[in-house]
Amino acid sequence: MNKKIASLLTPTIVPVVLLITWIYAAWHISNQVILPPVDNVFALLANPTENLISMGSLVSNITVSLARVLMGYLMAAVLAIPLGIIMGYYALVFRLMNTFLNIFRPIPPLAWVPLVMAWFGVASLATIFGVETGNLFVCLNNLKFSMIFIIFIGGFFPILTSSIHGVSSVSRILIDSARVLGASEFQIFYKVLLPAAMPSIINGLRIGLGISWMCLVSAEMLPGSISGVGYLITHAYTLASTDIVIAGMISIGIVGMAMDRLFYYIEIKKYSWQRLAK
Amino acid sequence: MRPVIKVCFIMTEILKANNVSKTFETKNGGRIHAVDSVSLSVPKNDFICIVGPSGCGKSTFLKIAAGLEPASSGSILFRELEIKRPDPDIGMVFQEYSLFPWLQVIDNVAAGPEFSGVKKNERLKIAERYLDMVGLLEFAHAFPNELSGGMRQRVAIARAFANDPEILLMDEPFGSLDAHTRILLQKELLRIWETHRKTILFVTHSVDEAVYLADRVVIMSARPGRIKEILDVDIDRPRSRANPLFGRLADNILQQLEQEIKGAGWGRAKLATRNKMK
Repeated sequence: MNKKIASLLTPTIVPVVLLITWIYAAWHISNQVILPPVDNVFALLANPTENLISMGSLVSNITVSLARVLMGYLMAAVLAIPLGIIMGYYALVFRLMNTFLNIFRPIPPLAWVPLVMAWFGVASLATIFGVETGNLFVCLNNLKFSMIFIIFIGGFFPILTSSIHGVSSVSRILIDSARVLGASEFQIFYKVLLPAAMPSIINGLRIGLGISWMCLVSAEMLPGSISGVGYLITHAYTLASTDIVIAGMISIGIVGMAMDRLFYYIEIKKYSWQRLAK
Repeated sequence: MRPVIKVCFIMTEILKANNVSKTFETKNGGRIHAVDSVSLSVPKNDFICIVGPSGCGKSTFLKIAAGLEPASSGSILFRELEIKRPDPDIGMVFQEYSLFPWLQVIDNVAAGPEFSGVKKNERLKIAERYLDMVGLLEFAHAFPNELSGGMRQRVAIARAFANDPEILLMDEPFGSLDAHTRILLQKELLRIWETHRKTILFVTHSVDEAVYLADRVVIMSARPGRIKEILDVDIDRPRSRANPLFGRLADNILQQLEQEIKGAGWGRAKLATRNKMK
């Protein structure tokens, strides 16, 4: 029983210490702009649907941000997984693409901002669908190409790398077994390489989602952005509302953690066979 | 009557190797002569074992027969046609764990029929039948990693049979098993072979195994692998290892192999370095 309590208490120790330090420091500094009191921030978090200084509520901003991240991230996944599988399987394609991709890999997503602005400006999904008014315009206009591109870049490389790694470490014997059992080339991709590489791909998807989510703030700092958690934070900063900044940061953290957990459960549930292999 | 006899003659020879040679290029530009002009004719329903010192190219020969590797020169004919790619009528069981770890045992056994497009219900029925044949029906829904090494190889055998091949190539399938399991599986394989009547080409480094299983034993020389001798095993089945004939034959084969291993250790290694220097 004691052990159980201890194991439940252990993860809470550090946050509690941090909280106490915060309370003390806020009281000591007593300057809302440098460090707002804890209760201010928690009041904001407790009422996530409240409209904040006419920038929309926490919830609505997070929803917008999530939509952007998912869009850029899904595009990254849709491109990186097949490319990674092909690069992992065909040595020729690997040699063809690898150097090229390795030049782009170290470029931080933020470094793409000037180029992306030059290419896409403030164009959004609303631009291609030709919607110019109404609610639909507001929705689609939130999905700016420039932002989606930055998020895409963030997610692309981890997913690609792990897909390549996953496929190239599939045992030769498994592929040969499938071939002698009569599998076509397509079946080898779909029924052998993909499932065999899946744990590695899922891992890449997990890291990719984390990085995409991290790129969000930089993406939402781009011109033309009038919503999203990243925008909320930067705009609240210019208004010296540090409590909103911190509340926004905490929500980013919580949402990111929740998404990561989701992947973690998928990993355990679906890929228990891999655990058994160890 | 004559033509009938002729047809029978052609029909009885299921696999025929004509002067098959295989040379590998190593990374540093050297050449390894793995198989050297092997000619072998395999009659239908025969159980043939190939023994030879390790590295003599017996596995390479099997891979060529499976259509997984091209021969450098010569050819292997299956039903009079040259083998160029894997064929579901030529089954193969590997030494290492070749089961798909993400599939349950039953789906592993059903893999062959699945590749050829057999409907789910039907292929599961087939898989059940062959799982029953190897006595593992109760493990149908286990994952391969939950099984012991011997059980996994039984599943691999069931999987190969589920495709109903005409000839089964087995590459040291019991090589990594302990002695007891090995003997048990040899018995089981003979039982299955006698009831299902397949042609089996079985590679092993165990002389005991070869004499116990085979109708004929093919002895291969050290690298480059040539056929040194083909011996008929004229011992009634079921065979007993206590039979003096068994011991005499095994001893004969062992002595021939010993010569090869000694020869390869000294003379050939020198020859290889001299060839390289040229």
